[in-house]
Amino acid sequence: MRPRSRFRRELTERVFRLLFLGAVAAALGALFLVLAPIVVTGIPFLQPHLLTNLPSIRFPDRAGLAVAIVSSLWLVGLTLLFSLPLGIGAGIYLEEYAGQSRLAGYLQWFVANLAGVPSVVFGLLGLGLWVQFFRFGPVILAGALTLTPLVFPYIVIATQEALRAVPRSLRDASLAMGATKWQTVEEQVLPAATPGVLTGAIFAASRAIGETAPLLVIGAFFMQGFIPGGPLDFFTPLPVQVFGWALDPRPDFRALTSASITIFIIIVLLINLTAIVLRHRYQRRR
Amino acid sequence: MTRSSGAETGRPGEVREIFARLTPLSVWRIGERLVESTLFLAAIIAILATLAILFIFLSNAYVFFLHVSPAEFFLGTRWSPVIHGAFGFLPLLWGTLMIAVGASLVGLPLGLGAAIYMYEYAPPRARAILKPTLEVLAGIPTVVLGFFALIFIGPILQDLFGADFFNALNGILVIGILIVPLVASLSEDAMSAVPRGLRDGALAMGSTRLEALGRVVLPAASSGIFASFFLAIGRAMGETMIVVMATGASPRFTFNPLESIQTIQTEIALRSLGDLPVGSVEYLSIFALGLVLFAITFAITATSGHLGRRFREVYQ
Repeated sequence: MRPRSRFRRELTERVFRLLFLGAVAAALGALFLVLAPIVVTGIPFLQPHLLTNLPSIRFPDRAGLAVAIVSSLWLVGLTLLFSLPLGIGAGIYLEEYAGQSRLAGYLQWFVANLAGVPSVVFGLLGLGLWVQFFRFGPVILAGALTLTPLVFPYIVIATQEALRAVPRSLRDASLAMGATKWQTVEEQVLPAATPGVLTGAIFAASRAIGETAPLLVIGAFFMQGFIPGGPLDFFTPLPVQVFGWALDPRPDFRALTSASITIFIIIVLLINLTAIVLRHRYQRRR
Repeated sequence: MTRSSGAETGRPGEVREIFARLTPLSVWRIGERLVESTLFLAAIIAILATLAILFIFLSNAYVFFLHVSPAEFFLGTRWSPVIHGAFGFLPLLWGTLMIAVGASLVGLPLGLGAAIYMYEYAPPRARAILKPTLEVLAGIPTVVLGFFALIFIGPILQDLFGADFFNALNGILVIGILIVPLVASLSEDAMSAVPRGLRDGALAMGSTRLEALGRVVLPAASSGIFASFFLAIGRAMGETMIVVMATGASPRFTFNPLESIQTIQTEIALRSLGDLPVGSVEYLSIFALGLVLFAITFAITATSGHLGRRFREVYQ
């Protein structure tokens, strides 16, 4: 190592420390920069009818998110209904049953790569498979089936991490008492891993409620005048509704979009904070 | 629990044999196998989904290539399906690459800087707040970021630099911010996985904290850090809503980030928005584009996974 003066080394240290701090500040600054102006513009337009009215392309002051909210509830509910059993099951298999086999390696590889596939690609899969090939049309069920492979890898990975954190001794004790493998997993390991699995499930819900592109691709549209009543109805999820209004350059629609985004962000933040707090408490206990 | 043998009566041998096999213990074993097979079926969803993508995309792209020659698609320099019937995808690929490279130049250094700060310099209490806050940033739906780009960043760039209403720089900046939490969180994990003793040893030998970082921790964590970089690049490449709302729909080759461009993702999203007749060449073309996007991002994610595995093999 080239000898350098202590002064210069200290100086470099300080300069770089500032740079690193700057990077954090930029990231956090960006968070506030994004949220603050939208929320400030949106808050004056937060009125009860925004939650209860139907959308409108002519009267922004009377337009509401009723269709969007009900659509998103259906969509997220169905997506979790499909993806949770599959994702948790796959996580249990990979962590508890598959061992170190070559097959397990392949499965793990596919899960990891699926997590990196862009969401718009899942949208095309949904369009080609569910909407066209199975002729569902752009309905809630097709939307949920489109989002299922999208959130699946996240649930698998969260489940695996939760199971990995359960101590080996718990399994050994259960097996030594004569319990079978599944009894051990079902009655000992899974309950111990529940908070971790739940955190993964909540993050999956947050992803599902925030996805826009795949739903646009399968044909969810933003001028729907009725509240969907079942999985085979057309739908306009929240982010798609927000996107539709965002494209309208009229000032009143700008305000309407900001107000809708404020509601949307509050919902998403509440979901994420639940997951973060849950995980924090769970980790501290461990 | 009854797990005793069930064959205690004086039946003929053969029947007794069958009964012995059907004792609760073996019923139990069938149950165990059933459970395992069911779980296995759930696990192969990952493979099935990948195969479904390949099957749907390839079959539609095949019909597309019956109408448009692969040479025109892969080598053509003009994308104008409706007006000119031109299906050269290179300008769209150029747009996608431009956004991905630009966003990486913004997001990777910021993310790594934030990771280093959290690892080495942040007081524990600040760290405990920073990580979840970055996670909140990561959880903001991209349509919100797109709206922010459209309403706030776009006009600023227009006023300051005379940029087009839609311009590449806008997308680059916002997607750059989008990938910061991903890089910060995964790179910090990689650094934390390096044995603390290596860093402490360097400090004990008289290194400053920066020197310990630069010569010991970062090199040791490099494959993990590069894994996070590749993951972020893949994310930047696939992100759709922000480019749809910020960077425009004008397919062109340009080095000027202030001009409007078009990406593969934009074309897929906008084309499907316009109620395409199923089976038309325009409809089929977005599957060919999707196939390209899928192939590129898959390769990037696989590279990331490869680096990550190498990293874990060294330290776990």
